[in-house]
Amino acid sequence: MFVQVKNLTKKFKNSIAVNKINFSIEKNKTVGLLGPNGCGKTTSIGMMLGLITPSEGEIIIDNKNLDKTDRVSFLSKMNFASPYVELPKRLTVKQNLQVYGRLYGVKNLEKKINEISKELDIKNFLEKKTGELSSGQKNRVTLAKSLINDPEILFLDEPTASLDPDIGDYVRGYIESYKSKNKITILLASHNMAEVERLCDSIIMMKNGKIIDEGTCEEIIKKHGRKNLEETFLKLARSNNEI
Amino acid sequence: MRFNQIYALSLRHIYLISGSLPRIIDLIYWPTVQIFLWGFISKFFTLNSDYYSNTVGVILTAAILYDFLFRASISYNMMFLEEIWSRNFTNLFIAPIKISEIITSLTLTAILRTLIGLVPAAILAIPLFGVSIFKLGIPLFFLLLSLYIFGVTLGLLVTSGLLRYGPSFENIAWASLFFLAPLGCIYYPVEILPDSLQFVARALPLVHIFEEMRNILLNNSVNLFEITKSISISIVYFIIGVVIFYVSYFGAKEKGTLINMGE
Repeated sequence: MFVQVKNLTKKFKNSIAVNKINFSIEKNKTVGLLGPNGCGKTTSIGMMLGLITPSEGEIIIDNKNLDKTDRVSFLSKMNFASPYVELPKRLTVKQNLQVYGRLYGVKNLEKKINEISKELDIKNFLEKKTGELSSGQKNRVTLAKSLINDPEILFLDEPTASLDPDIGDYVRGYIESYKSKNKITILLASHNMAEVERLCDSIIMMKNGKIIDEGTCEEIIKKHGRKNLEETFLKLARSNNEI
Repeated sequence: MRFNQIYALSLRHIYLISGSLPRIIDLIYWPTVQIFLWGFISKFFTLNSDYYSNTVGVILTAAILYDFLFRASISYNMMFLEEIWSRNFTNLFIAPIKISEIITSLTLTAILRTLIGLVPAAILAIPLFGVSIFKLGIPLFFLLLSLYIFGVTLGLLVTSGLLRYGPSFENIAWASLFFLAPLGCIYYPVEILPDSLQFVARALPLVHIFEEMRNILLNNSVNLFEITKSISISIVYFIIGVVIFYVSYFGAKEKGTLINMGE
């Protein structure tokens, strides 16, 4: 297993955000992390990115325990994109990509920026200030930043939130094509069930800090006797008992 | 005029203030600092009206040096705050950069921002007031060095607070330097302070820096021991600042404030 999470727990002062969760992700697979707001998705991702110290448990990536590994070495293999985390607004798109390319130690940076800007169709506004971009443009720039280091693991937190259906579809299509051309493991947190069905090889359902179900989309839909993932999500989110 | 609407809007700010200790401190703090600073300045000039009569430029030189300290610290804070305001904080802390590299980068970049502010002011003072800080000679470099290290240290302490407590600590960032102004003895000798405060003031590098500045300009002599002492004290504070920054970083990781900072 490429990513292994064992008994991962995060306790805050008055609450348990993540409660002894266990899961693993195979290399080059995309796993969806689903659950209602406040179920512990962001905290789990935060712990895997080294932003939050776990109260208990282990995160093992490529056979290395995150707790015992130098943060620089594991962070250089990862990246993260979220519409809730932005890039400096007063820098141009190119300047932002240059800064992050250097932070991630990307070799042949200009070539890489050229390639990625062509692929994500951001070339036309490379010299524009990031704060002046539309939501759809910003989203693609954020995605470009998250792929600048050719990460082995990519964390995507609601990558198409606040996008119109056309641009949302473009971004999903790009992630799909990127996956097919590159070796990458993706952990996708999303509330868009159609997106999850389209992009994910399997899903993990969380509720109240715990994993309540996991498997492929088809398996989970079938198991709960629903027509699609949206209905299955509603059933699990609204059920009082843990499954 | 509708009382309910007026009250509702007032309540929005009352909730904000009552829920944030840094904001309450900020409200109390400014008038207190102003009273202390100008009280000591007034006391000094009442007792020693002829002290500066032969050296017109001493006060202006002190003001420029103090501004250098102010710029160094604010530059440091600003760079950190920019990351929070632009919601880029998470991106920065998930990049493969060591905490020591973040501190070094901010420290080195702050000098650039500081010099951009200082150099024009120092040059303008020459034709406008006939005052040149360069009259301090070679010791000027060491006094600026000490001020810079201490300014960066204050920046480190404030950014530690921002890391740990989030953007509500921002007001402290602006206020941090004025807190030290009365104790720094920028415009008056340390003897003007009450005995108990003199003890505290001498533990700061500022007193030694500004005392030495006055010594050079008024007595035309250089006390190397005072300069060395000011740099040494600044370095000690800097080391303490770095330790506090690390403690805050690990505290923020524990508390979970590194993620979604700025919201």
